[in-house]
Formats: sequence, C-alpha cells, structure tokens
Amino acid sequence: MQNVLILAELGEGKELKNATLSAIEFGYSCLATVGGSLDILVLGSDTKDAVATLKKHGAGKVIVVEDPAFAHYLAEEYAPTVASIASSYGLLVATATTFGKDLLPRVAARLGAAYATDVSGVVTDGGELSFRRPMFAGNAIGYTTLKTAQKVVTVRQSEVQAHEAGGGESSVETAQRVAPSGNARSRIEHVALETVQSERPDLGDAKIVVSGGRALKERFFEVLEPLANTLGAALGASRAAVDAGYCPGDFQVGQTGKIVAPTLYFAIGISGAIQHIAGMKNSKVIVAINKDPDAPIFQVADYGLVADLFTAVPELVTALKNR
Amino acid sequence: MSVKILVPIKRVSDPDNANKIKVAPGGAAIDAGGLEWKINPFDEYALETALRLTENGAQPKQREGEVVVVSFGPKEVEPILRSALATGASRAIRVEAEDSQLDGGVVAAALKTLVEAEKPDWVILGKQAVDGDSNQVGQMLAELLDAPMATFAATIKEEADGRLLVGREVDGGLHKVRLTGPGVITVDLRVVAPESVYSNKTDPSFKYQEGVRFAPLPAIMQAKKKPLDTKTLAELTDKTAAMNYTKFELPAGRKAGSKVASVAELVAKLTNEAKVL
Repeated sequence: MQNVLILAELGEGKELKNATLSAIEFGYSCLATVGGSLDILVLGSDTKDAVATLKKHGAGKVIVVEDPAFAHYLAEEYAPTVASIASSYGLLVATATTFGKDLLPRVAARLGAAYATDVSGVVTDGGELSFRRPMFAGNAIGYTTLKTAQKVVTVRQSEVQAHEAGGGESSVETAQRVAPSGNARSRIEHVALETVQSERPDLGDAKIVVSGGRALKERFFEVLEPLANTLGAALGASRAAVDAGYCPGDFQVGQTGKIVAPTLYFAIGISGAIQHIAGMKNSKVIVAINKDPDAPIFQVADYGLVADLFTAVPELVTALKNR
Repeated sequence: MSVKILVPIKRVSDPDNANKIKVAPGGAAIDAGGLEWKINPFDEYALETALRLTENGAQPKQREGEVVVVSFGPKEVEPILRSALATGASRAIRVEAEDSQLDGGVVAAALKTLVEAEKPDWVILGKQAVDGDSNQVGQMLAELLDAPMATFAATIKEEADGRLLVGREVDGGLHKVRLTGPGVITVDLRVVAPESVYSNKTDPSFKYQEGVRFAPLPAIMQAKKKPLDTKTLAELTDKTAAMNYTKFELPAGRKAGSKVASVAELVAKLTNEAKVL
C-alpha cells in the first residue's frame, strides 16, 4: 500500500500556507516511483478558501475536517484526527515547517511508523522508497529507508518546488474530528500566538531575502527595511544578530533556524559562519556586502561588495528605485 | 514541592568542525574520524534549562529539586554524563547500546520505560541532535507517554502552582502554551538567554549569565562520586531500529563568484548577468 496522504498546513485554522505546495510536489514525486494515488487532508476551523485552492492540484480527493477545535494549532489536538485518517495510507507527508516538525513525529509514534524529517528528495532502493536528507548541518547527505509498513516524512520547503495547480479538480469529502482522549490534550492550553503583522512575504516563500548580521547593530530595521520594501523581499538575520536582540528569533536563517533558497539572497554584514551558510547556500544568486574582504561569506557569494554597509545599502536602495 | 526533571543527552561529533565530515569510500558510512566528541549543544541547553528550573537563580549551589541525566551509547559516553553531574545533575544513567541499534523511535520507546520508572515531572531535551538533525525523540516520547509537549521552547516560566508557561519559537512568531506536568519540552537556542527560564523560586528581576554554566573544579571532583547506573537497551525496549541509512554523500560545493567594485556595478550585474532583478 503506497497511497500518499498530504497534510495541508493552515495558519490559525484558516489561511493555507504556501509551504503545503512543496509537500504536494514531493508526494507526486513518490508516486512517480512507486505508483498509487494521492489525497490531501485539511484540518481547520474555516477551511473554505484552503479547500478551493487545494482541489485544483489533481489529488484523488481532498479530505476536510472542519471543527472549531482546530482554530489554534496544538499537536495534542490535531494528532488523533490526522493519525486516524492517515492509518489507511502508506505514506504521510507534510512540509518541514515548525508545524510539520512538531506534529508529524507525534503522529508517527501514534501510528507506530518510522519518520524522516527535513527530506530533500526521494529515490528507489530495491523497489523501496529511499529518502534523501541533509545531516550534520548540511555537511553530509544521507539516504534512508523506513522499515515500517507505514512511513511518515516532512519535506524541506527550500529543496522542493511548489506544486503548480493542474491535473483536474479533486472531489471533496468531509470527515469527523477524532476527539482526543487520555491526558495529553487536557494538560496543554493554547495561550497566545504572538505574531508580528507584516506586509512582507514569509521567509520560507520569498523570492528575495535580505538578511542582516551583527554589524547592523541597533540600526537593523532602519537600514534593511527600505531595501526589503523596495525589492518586496522577506527579512532574515544571522544567529549573531538575533542573539544580540537586533531582530526577532523567527528571522534566523541557518541550520538551526530557517532554511531558505530564494532566487536572490542578500547577506549584509554577515561574516558567514558554517551554521548560517547551511541555511542559505542553495539560494540561486547570493550577494554579500561586508567591509571585511576576508569574510567567509565571500566564498559562497556570487557577487561580493567590500564596503561599509551603512553607506552601501542606502546607495543600493537609491539605485534600485532609479532603475 | 520538589521538581524532578529527566534530561536525555547525546554525544555527537564536534559541530564546530562539521565541515570536516568525510564519507567513507563507496558512501557506506560517515567518517567522523579525527573529530572530537561533545555533548549535543541543544542537550547542553536542556541541561541548563533543567538546572534553572530546579533552583533559585540567586543561590545556584542549592538544588531545589532533582535533575537526572541519561545517555545511550557505549562507555565512551560517560564523560558527558560526568560533566552533567559536575554542573548540578544528581544522578546519571547510561543505557548500553551501539549507535547502529538506535534511531528516534527506539530511543523514544526506551525513554518511555525509563520515565515510567523514574516518574519525573518533566522531560527536557534538545530539539534535535546536530549529527542526525532528526528532531523527533521528544515528540515521539510525548505521544508514547500520552503527555503534553512544547517543542522549540525559547522561554519557560514556572508558575506558582508548578505549571509551565512556555514560549515556542515557531515560523512567524512566538506560540505561548501552558503545560501541566508530567510533560515533555524540547528546547531551542534562545532558552539560555539571561531572562529565558525562571523557576517559581527565582526572583523575576534576576538575570542569568548568557549561555550555559560551567562546573567549578571542586564540583568536577565531587561528580566522580555521584551515582552513574548502567542499564541495557533490552531492559527498556525490544523495539529495533526502523531507519536504515544505506548511502551517504557530500553536498555539492558552491563556488565563489566575483567581487564587484561599486553598488552601480552590483545592480548592473544582477540585472544583466544574473537576470534576477
């Protein structure tokens, strides 16, 4: 049984995350190797818009479980329903966002399935799916098979393109929430999701990312925001800039933060620690601006500018506006 | 009320030299030869978190609760257990096992048995180990225990009644959840910032030093006398590894490009050569 189930991700039970499209693309690439069919599962409190988008991706069916209990995400609330529906599928796939990485290992344990995280590709090994995944902070690639009847994986968004709509309209089926029993759900309470409202794209989806390092000091936003706004880019940061408190933690690009692969990546005032490079080295074009000509970031940059960022970045903004 | 915390820790090859990882000829195995072994950094943060939750920050020598550390592996993992005992853990357990016997599912199943015997209020561990980068043991353990969990924890405040208010660093923001124990927490980088973790005995105005604490020499000597028990993997689980790595390779390198002399040249190259603007 190799039928594939894709778990969609909805922000606050409502808004479909683009990250889901990478899981769909990956699911189809598994089918191409082993055959079978692909369905999509959506959990949320208001799923109408998400379903309208998802049914255009050629899946056999879109299974919808709509319930007010799914308005705020908690693994303890979601896992029983996801595991119950996934139990009749061979492979469960989600994207390796913090949602996927939190929920899917919990679902895997419930199913008794083995789980591979942050998968970047798939091949066949003696007729079995073998999952390709970066390890050791991206310094090695491993291929693993999962020797359980059911398999669960999350997919690294930056390594798998978004699936494009097409392949016919899916039928839509509704299913019931499986209410959690036992202790886990009753011992956790959603308190708040504190997000910063921003017009900028999500770091994981953005075509252009502007990242800053510790060199920006307290002027992080003052210097980088005009550039990001001019380019319609997402803002990112090195761990050093986050640790110093110049920007929020979810800006961090790196092996232990967000892994990104935009078309264009600006590393501004970032020296280029291994940890950071592991999070952005698959970008199509990398630009580095740093006043230290020996900074390691220049070893991975396509275009390097040795300059004081406090003069170069405003100059760049003006040049881009005058284009 | 005294809090008991179990902290599973893992020995990994030195992550600062991860770029020196080699793949054995034929791609059959990772060759970490020549690299030093260290405690997984996220587990080191988990230990620091557990210590902060079992003390009044102003009086760190007096432990107001118990921290037990456990590690899976051959005798060579004992130095990281001794080091954890020196920083303030009271007891250590080594589960005798070969790396080839272990994967996330096996470790989670074995920890479940251990938790049922030890009955800690909390299990606190790193969000992932920096060798396999698998990020799954905490979540699997929580499910096996039917316990609540908070992954990617960046802030933890113990409330007066012993519940924990945890700030989880998620895509796009901070997710705050309240856990009633027993439960499982996996920690992220910023949990060791000066104002990230407070027990209900620590004054809210107290600030920790950035990062993890180091053991003074007398504590290192005393740690040699603290109990370190050994168990076998078979005592804890009969589960066998389901992940089977068959091949490894090194990632394709990225070549350095060229330097540009000015902002104008940069914009011209991005527009005409790279065609990304």
